Amino acid sequence: MPLSRNIASIIALLPMIIISLTVFVGCIIYSFIYSLTNSKLIPVTNFVGFDQYERLFKQRKWDVAVENIFIYGFVFTIGCLIIGFLLAVLIDQKIRGESLFRTIFLYPYAMSFVVTGLVWKWVLNPTFGLENSMHMWGFSWFELDWLVNRDLAIYAVCIAAVWQGAGFVMVLMLAGLRGIDEDIWKSLSIEGVAKWKSYLFVILPMLRPMVVTAIVLIAAGVVKVYDLILALTSGGPGYATTTPAMYVMENFFSRANLGQAFAASIIMFISVVCILAPWAFYEFYLRNKYAAN
Amino acid sequence: MSSIPSGPRPKYLTVGRIGMYCFILVCALFFLMPLYVMVITSLKDMDEIRAANILNLPKELSFYSWPKAWSQACTGFVCEGLKPGFFNSIKITVPSVIVSVGLSAINGYALAFWRFKGAYFFFGLCMFGAFIPYQVMVYPLLKIEDALGIYSTLPGIILVHTIFGMPILTLIFRNFYVSLPIDLFKAARIDGGNFIKIFLYVIIPMSAPITIVAVILQVTGIWNDFLLGLVFAGRDNQPMTVQLNNIVQVDYGVAEYNVDMSATILTSLVPLFVYFISGRWFVRGIAAGAIKG
Repeated sequence: MPLSRNIASIIALLPMIIISLTVFVGCIIYSFIYSLTNSKLIPVTNFVGFDQYERLFKQRKWDVAVENIFIYGFVFTIGCLIIGFLLAVLIDQKIRGESLFRTIFLYPYAMSFVVTGLVWKWVLNPTFGLENSMHMWGFSWFELDWLVNRDLAIYAVCIAAVWQGAGFVMVLMLAGLRGIDEDIWKSLSIEGVAKWKSYLFVILPMLRPMVVTAIVLIAAGVVKVYDLILALTSGGPGYATTTPAMYVMENFFSRANLGQAFAASIIMFISVVCILAPWAFYEFYLRNKYAAN
Repeated sequence: MSSIPSGPRPKYLTVGRIGMYCFILVCALFFLMPLYVMVITSLKDMDEIRAANILNLPKELSFYSWPKAWSQACTGFVCEGLKPGFFNSIKITVPSVIVSVGLSAINGYALAFWRFKGAYFFFGLCMFGAFIPYQVMVYPLLKIEDALGIYSTLPGIILVHTIFGMPILTLIFRNFYVSLPIDLFKAARIDGGNFIKIFLYVIIPMSAPITIVAVILQVTGIWNDFLLGLVFAGRDNQPMTVQLNNIVQVDYGVAEYNVDMSATILTSLVPLFVYFISGRWFVRGIAAGAIKG
């Protein structure tokens, strides 16, 4: 009886089941298996153990890529959280033109990473961009050569990314702030707690689920960053702004070094799992446990 | 959730409030600046761009860069502008949105009302797929599509967008259907409705709000996609974002920044249009995707 009742449901979910198994699980297994081979232009089953991983960790370029993703991940996540939270708090102050400001802060989120990258590439253009503007206004000491500076180029990427993503965090935080009970505000004002203190020490901790969600979503996006950097710096100057995602794509499609690409992609995957596992454990296991009690 | 503002409305501007407005205005300027630069650059001619401040308004309006970006700008040896890319993006986006939203609605419906043993295991697997970096799946998926004979074709890229849109869309449909009153479903069952009939006559008529959210999410997401289009669409179906990047990044010839910026604006018109038209729904889409994402 239960089977006949659900047969239609099983058929309906078949595409999802097949996709989950073949694409999401199958592709990881495939990538892992071929990361143990010395495949070059085409995948071959010539197993060499963990040689590809060893070679990967010896690559200077991979080191740079990993370093970049840490800098980018840190600056981008913190930047988005601080600016997003600040904007949400400001908009929550019953200001005039609230919806106009909200529209302004969120519109970059509708733009693609390619567009974001190209616009900032032009704004930060060392010859014609903002640096030039400041010089024309008489601030001849002003320097903004980030895009051609090996050490600073990655921060240019961060600025563009924060510009694009901060509105998203603002929306999440604003939803959280609007859900805070009025009584809490009343009692805080009766106690005479300064407003900034209330936000920082009372309200922010109450928004923890929102903050955690925002961090997880941002962090999952960090590892994927590819088109933004491709458009903004093409990984340059030299390979100063290359990332693991770019390293993988390069080895797949322009350097015909499949084994390296598979190994690097598996490392990417493992790092995502390391980020997600504690959150998933908290979200799905602990919470259900508490809910059951 | 009370809509009555608490406390007295500030009747006069305090120093704090002025400071707040100043800060929020500075933020708004920062967020608007790239859009402003984009628009005015596209309206200048190259002589003025070379001579003048990037932030200055154009002395003389020049519209020649717009038609050039649309139909004459070169990518490599082909000089057809963005127009083919625009139509390719439409050819990719429309069917991808219809297929992925339709399929995910059925998934969500089956998961919400016709749960069978193991259904949530596969749902969990599917959700896990949302966080796997594309780089891990790109190559094996390419091999799968190659074996199916649809690699580098329109159906190929549509399938890819359907696969990668599925986790988040299934989640938001499921969450929406779970929130519907279960009695409705029970009544329909008593009246003899089966899987298909209940979906067609009871569920679909109630799905308008969540479908709008899903469509907005997918239209902007697919239109803005770069990586998947680059790998899976093939030379003849390259989406607008890929062509935009090709136009702007050409290595040879004189860079025409005004044409680049016109092209950038043209590429972001569709998502910006969706954003400005849909406003609240766009925000709701973000929240829906993030609540338990």
